[in-house]
Amino acid sequence: MPLYIAKRLGQAVFILIGITLVTYVLLYLVPADPVRQIAGRSATAETVESIRRQLGLDLPLWQQYLRYLGNLLQGDLGRSYIQKTEVTTLILSRLPATLQLLAGAIVVELLIGLSAGIFAATRRGRASDRVVMVLSFAAVSAPQFVVGILLLYVFSVQLGWFPIGGYGTFSHLVLPAVTLGILGGGWYARMSRSSMIEVLGQDYIQTARAKGAAERRVVFVHAARNAALPVIAMIGLDIGIFMSGAVVVESVYGWPGIGQLAWQAIQRVDIPIIIGVTLVAACAIVLGNLLADLAAPFIDPRIKLR
Amino acid sequence: MHRQLLLATALALPVAATPAVAPNALEDAKQGGSMIVTYKDDVSTLDPAIGYDWQNWSMIKSLFDGLMDYAPGTTELIPDLAESYELSEDGLTYTFKLREGVKFHNGRELTADDVKWSIERTVRPETQSPGQGFFGMIAGFDEVAAGDAKELSGIEVLDPRTIRFTLSRPDATFLHVMAINFSFAVPKEEVEKYGQDFGNNPVGTGAYRMTDWTLGQHVVFERNPDYYREGLPKLDQITFEVGQEPLVALLRLQRGEVDILGDPIPPAKFLEVMDDPEWSDNVVEGGQLHTGYVTMNVKMPPFDNKLVRQAVNHAINKERIIRIVNGRAVPANQPLPPAMPGYAEDYQGYAYDPEKAKALLAEAGFGDGFDTELFAMNTDPNPRIAQAIQQDLAAIGIRAELKSLAQANVIAAGGQEDGAPMIWSGGMAWIADFPDPSNFYGPILSCGGAVPGGWNWAWYCNEELDAKAAEADAITDPAKQEERLQMWREIYLAIMEDAPWAPVFNEQRFTMKAERLGGPDTIFVDPVHIPVHYDYVYANDVQ
Repeated sequence: MPLYIAKRLGQAVFILIGITLVTYVLLYLVPADPVRQIAGRSATAETVESIRRQLGLDLPLWQQYLRYLGNLLQGDLGRSYIQKTEVTTLILSRLPATLQLLAGAIVVELLIGLSAGIFAATRRGRASDRVVMVLSFAAVSAPQFVVGILLLYVFSVQLGWFPIGGYGTFSHLVLPAVTLGILGGGWYARMSRSSMIEVLGQDYIQTARAKGAAERRVVFVHAARNAALPVIAMIGLDIGIFMSGAVVVESVYGWPGIGQLAWQAIQRVDIPIIIGVTLVAACAIVLGNLLADLAAPFIDPRIKLR
Repeated sequence: MHRQLLLATALALPVAATPAVAPNALEDAKQGGSMIVTYKDDVSTLDPAIGYDWQNWSMIKSLFDGLMDYAPGTTELIPDLAESYELSEDGLTYTFKLREGVKFHNGRELTADDVKWSIERTVRPETQSPGQGFFGMIAGFDEVAAGDAKELSGIEVLDPRTIRFTLSRPDATFLHVMAINFSFAVPKEEVEKYGQDFGNNPVGTGAYRMTDWTLGQHVVFERNPDYYREGLPKLDQITFEVGQEPLVALLRLQRGEVDILGDPIPPAKFLEVMDDPEWSDNVVEGGQLHTGYVTMNVKMPPFDNKLVRQAVNHAINKERIIRIVNGRAVPANQPLPPAMPGYAEDYQGYAYDPEKAKALLAEAGFGDGFDTELFAMNTDPNPRIAQAIQQDLAAIGIRAELKSLAQANVIAAGGQEDGAPMIWSGGMAWIADFPDPSNFYGPILSCGGAVPGGWNWAWYCNEELDAKAAEADAITDPAKQEERLQMWREIYLAIMEDAPWAPVFNEQRFTMKAERLGGPDTIFVDPVHIPVHYDYVYANDVQ
C-alpha cells in the first residue's frame, strides 16, 4: 500500500506540473491583456508598458513560465495582479468555506442519492421506482441558480427558517449544501439504482436469500455495500469538482468560497489567481481519486491495488 | 514675477454657485449609529495608488484625503488637506498651505513631506499605479516614471505645512489631479511596513479607519475620532458585506438586514421596486458623469467615410434602447454627459431619422448597405441593447453580425487597429475620472489614445483638435474658465460633426437605501464619491 501511494503521488506531481503548463499557455493565448486590466482606462501607453515590465510580462513566454514554476516549487503562488494580495492568502481564506460546502454537499448527495437509488432498485418496475427516476431526472436538469433562488426565497425570505444567504453557522450551510447536493443526488440515485439492480441479480444474493437471510439484511449488508462502489469512485471526482468552486451556488448564497474568487479573477484576467485556483482544483481531483481508489479494497476485497 | 493670490473661496469653476468650503454637515444631524453596505465583488484593494474600480473609489475617499476634494454631492472643487493655495501668473507654480492638526490613523501628524512622498510613490513604476499618467504635468515626471529618479523635482517642501508644485506646462486639470485618489496622502512608515500588503492594511487620514477585513466576507470601517472635520463622519461604523448577489441583497434590504445596495438594483427587479409604493421612496436617482456610445473604427472601411458614420447616428433609436433598460437613462447627443461642465445645452445632435440615414448611405455609395460586425460585452443588458442597435442598422441596410464577448476580449479587440469595426460601449462605457471635459477626450478620442492597446476604439485622430485641446488645457486663469469651457464645447461639437461615435444614452444612477438612513439625496448618488459619500450618511435612529 505505501508503495502504491508513493507511486500515485509521484504521478500526481507530473500531472500537476503539466496542468500548470497547459493553463499558463492557454491564458497567454487568450486575447485579453491582463496589464490593460490593471492599468485601467486612463493609463497612458507608457504606464501600461511600465506595469508590464514590472510584472515581467514582457519576457518571452517560456521565461515567464519557468519563473512561475520556480516560485511554485517554493510554495509561492505569486500575487494577484489587481489586488496585490498573495494568492496563497486569498485561497487559504476561502478554503474553510469551500471545504464546509463540499462536505455538506457530499453528505446531501449521498443521502439523497443512495437512499433514492436503493429504494428504487428494490421496487423496480413499480410506480415508486418511476417516480424516483423522474425526480432524479428533474434534479439533474434543474439549473442551480433557479433551484438556489427558489429555495432561498421560500425557506429564508418567506418562511424565515434559514438566514438569507451568508456564512458562519450550520443553518447558513443547509440551503447551499442542499442546492449543490441535489444535482449530485440525482446522478447518484440513478447510478446506485443501476448498480443495485445488477448486484441484486448476482448469484451470491440468491445464495443469501436461499440461506434464509432477512431481506433487509440482504439489501443493506450484502447488496448495498457492493452497489455503492461506483458511487464511492464518483465521490473522488466530486471532491475535485467542488473544490474548483461552485460558482453559481456561492453567488446565490453569498458563500465565500473559491468559486467566487475564481469567477472574479476570470473576469479581470487576474492570471495568478486563475492558475492558483486551477492548481487547487487539480490537486483536489488527484487526491480525491486517490482516496477513492484507496477506499475501494475496503469495500470490495476482490479489488487489489496495483 | 508677481504672484496672484487666490483664496480657496474664489475658485472660479463653472456652476460655482454654492460656497466653496466643505460643510461639516449637510444637515444638522447627530453622530452615531452604523450601517451595512452590500457589494457583489470582494474589495480589490484599499491602496489609493492602486484602487481604481467603481466599488473601492469612494471607500478610499473615506479612508484617505488629498490636497483637494469636491463639495459633497457636487462636482465643485474645494480644498481638503490644503487650507489655501496660490497660483503663479504663468500658471506653472502652485503653492499649497496645509491645514493644521491632520493625523494619520496611526497617530502621527501629517506633514508636507507626506504629501510629496505619496505622489512620488504613485509615479514610481514599482508601485504599478494605474494613475501614474495623471501626474505628467509635474516637472521631473519623466525621470521618476522611467525609474531613473526617486523624487519629483517639481515638488518642493518649503516647510512642514507648505508644499510647492512646479509644472512643466500650465494645466487646467491640475487641481482635479490633486483631488483624485492617486494623489492621496499615505504614511511612508506604514507603506514600508506592509509593502504590497498595504492595500489590505490601509492607514490614511480619512474620516473612517479600517478596522477589520475578513477576505471574501466583509470590511469594517470605524469612525476616526481624530478626523479634522468637526462632526464628521456621521456614523460610528460601516460594514461592507461582500459576495452578496444583487438580487439576494435586495431581498435582505427589504427584510431590514442591510442598509444600502452598493451595486445597481438588478434589472429584473427594477420595475417591480419602482412600482411598489412601499419601496419606491427608498430609491434615489441621480445623474452620472457617464456616456454610453457606439464607436465606429475610422480606419476600417466603410467607416472611414464620414457620411456612413453620420448615417449610423441617424439610424439609432435611442428611446427604444432606453426602454430596454427600463428607463434608467436619458438620450445622449454628444460625448459629454449633461452634468459635465462644458456640456452644449443647445446642441440638437443627430435626430432619429432612418430615411435620412438611408439617403446618406446612398450618397456615400452604399445604397445596398454593407456587412459589418458589432461587438458588445456579454453581460445583461448589453447584448439586448446591441441587438436593438443591430435591428436599427438593419433597417437602413447595414447587416451587422453581433459579437457578444467577455469584457476583456472586447477591450482587446477595440485596442487593435483592425480589431472591431463597431463597438457598443455598454459595461465599459466612459465614466469621468474627474468632472472636467478634458477627461472625456484624452484616452478615448485623442490621437494619443488611438494606439495599439489604447481606449480610443474609434481610432479617431484629429491633430487639429488635439492641438486645440492642449491649448484649452493650458488656460489656468480662473477668470478665463468660461473661455476654456467654450473651447471644449467646440471641440466636442467638431467631433460630433466628424461622427466617429454615435452617442446613445447617459445612464442614471439609482441607489436603494433603507429608511433608517438619513442625509440629502445628493450624497446617495454623489457624482464623484461614487456611489455614496459615506462620510455624510447619518442614522435616523440616533437622532
